[in-house]
Amino acid sequence: MLVGALCLAVALAAAAQSGAILLNGAGATFPNPIYSKWFDVYKQKHPNIQINYQSLGSGAGIRQVIAGTVDFGASDGPMKDEQVSQVKGGVLHFPTVLGSVVPIYNVPGVTGELNFTQAALAGIYLGKITKWNDSEIAKPNPGVKLPADDIIVVHRADGSGTTYIFVDFLCKASKDWQTQVGRDVSVKWPVGLGGKGNEGVSGLVKQTPGSIGYVELIYALQNNLSYGRVQNHDGQFVKADLNTTTAAAAGTAKGMPEDFRVSITDAPGKSSYPISSFTWLLIPTTITDAAKRDAIKDFLKWMLVDGQSFTKDLGYAPLPTEVVKQEQKAIAKIH
Amino acid sequence: MSAGPVPASRSFSKRLLEGDQVAHAITFVAAASILLIATLLVIILWDNSALPRAKFGLSFFTGRDWDPVNEIFGAAPFVYGTLVTSALSLVIGVPLGLGAAIFLAELAPAKISDALTFVIELLAAVPSVIYGLLGIFVVVPFVRTTLAPPLMHSLGAVPKVGFLFKGPCYGVSFLAAGLVLAIMIVPFIVSVSREVLLAVPTDQREAALALGSTRWESTWKVVVPFALPGVLGSVFLAMARALGETMAVTMVVGNVPEIRTSLLAPGYSIAAVIANEFTEATGDMYVQSLIELGLVLFLVTFILNGLARLLILFTSRRGGSA
Repeated sequence: MLVGALCLAVALAAAAQSGAILLNGAGATFPNPIYSKWFDVYKQKHPNIQINYQSLGSGAGIRQVIAGTVDFGASDGPMKDEQVSQVKGGVLHFPTVLGSVVPIYNVPGVTGELNFTQAALAGIYLGKITKWNDSEIAKPNPGVKLPADDIIVVHRADGSGTTYIFVDFLCKASKDWQTQVGRDVSVKWPVGLGGKGNEGVSGLVKQTPGSIGYVELIYALQNNLSYGRVQNHDGQFVKADLNTTTAAAAGTAKGMPEDFRVSITDAPGKSSYPISSFTWLLIPTTITDAAKRDAIKDFLKWMLVDGQSFTKDLGYAPLPTEVVKQEQKAIAKIH
Repeated sequence: MSAGPVPASRSFSKRLLEGDQVAHAITFVAAASILLIATLLVIILWDNSALPRAKFGLSFFTGRDWDPVNEIFGAAPFVYGTLVTSALSLVIGVPLGLGAAIFLAELAPAKISDALTFVIELLAAVPSVIYGLLGIFVVVPFVRTTLAPPLMHSLGAVPKVGFLFKGPCYGVSFLAAGLVLAIMIVPFIVSVSREVLLAVPTDQREAALALGSTRWESTWKVVVPFALPGVLGSVFLAMARALGETMAVTMVVGNVPEIRTSLLAPGYSIAAVIANEFTEATGDMYVQSLIELGLVLFLVTFILNGLARLLILFTSRRGGSA
């Protein structure tokens, strides 16, 4: 037993010396399942490269990239300008997969899918639309008998990329939201109750008649929750799924900024789902250790092509090909 | 010990003395480390909350806004929620816990007492997330559909206390949090209070009975007052748990940073907001404000425990002179 352990230790030490590369990353929890899958598959192909990822949250990912304690970070929201400027040698954003956020609700007597205009969602979350039979909700839902009940608003209590995507959408949907509330991973909500995590929000909505909340699309799919359609930039009511989420990214590919720090909520395009977002890997522009630099570059190349094929099984929307091409060019910026 | 051997030589007593010194040193280090940890905690919290202390000063305590977007932070709603939920849990939990402890220590047959005590101590070891789930699935619906409507309609209309029971109630509320916390702290109160009551000398009971008091009179007028400092100790231990409880509270309190007088309204607590927002917080002001909230919780706990000490001192003195 002891001898075995010693042998193992010696073998590990030998492996460490024979050029094994260890990459440490930390950040967003939302893409953790797909990242774990990628790092695992990638390790099988490249046994000498070990990638460790800790899903501590986007905020922690950004903080650690700034502090330089990790080789790469990950975030559901792009870094702010002042945060980017704090990273010595610069930092690059690489979109990896897409996620979207869907409205869920519990309205007595309503079983079908409701259509929500952008003004309706903004009005509800601003506390201006307070009854389910408000004309802003009723208009796009002909034939649905909406009760005169009070709307009980539910939002995330914990800081979350999901909240960021949702309020980013509300900022574009409503000037009032933009000026009164703004966007961040948690905000000062004008109305509503807070639930912890997707499960907390969906639990509150399920239990409370007359309530509305928002959860990640993956969570809704995995738990067979029914959710509403949302009006997009082109005026269409779109139901969120992996294809409409990818379509939103494709819709913004033309005007994509070089650093990929872009919000794709309310994206143009007929089939674009309007509450979608990239999630990003945060890679330092300057990596002094050549072995690590090559490993990260190689992983990014693999992730953009082979890695994308794992996304749909895990409920993530893959990147559109236009964005993949732009990212492949950007890999050369790492030096 | 008293019949121990007469010290045969100096070396033997010297050895004893050395042993004492070693024990003294070890226990001193143990005690000092506790003080050291507490001090370090305060220093680190203080050091890492310089930005909000400079920006908000004392208004951090009175500020009612919690706005990460505009970086305006105030602790008042969280302090309020922490105090209200803890107080509520004590109001519900103390009579329940003390009653159970008296029954188990004084009235129940020994076998039943031991069996029940075992179960109660098991309850003390249940992780708080389990109590939170119990809260979500049982307590919150119960409050919303069964408990709150009659409270609103009866007590809600009474002039002076009506403000405590104003609707609407969504289930998640101060009351739900107080109920869940009460369930969590009762085992502490029962377990410790029972031990304290059992430790009251039998002479005390016999003397009371000899003077002609009934069983209950001897329990309530002699045994409980004798054990009061210990019982209070158990209550304050329970209070400390209620103040710092995070998971169970955040699952049932509603997480709304507002000060509302109604117990049926949702609120928030210090520990809950730190746990909820810390991981995703970016920006130094935001992170440091959360850390300052930790400092505030430390302060609240410190003050309440100080008051508790005074109360125990006061009651034990009175008990001693009586």
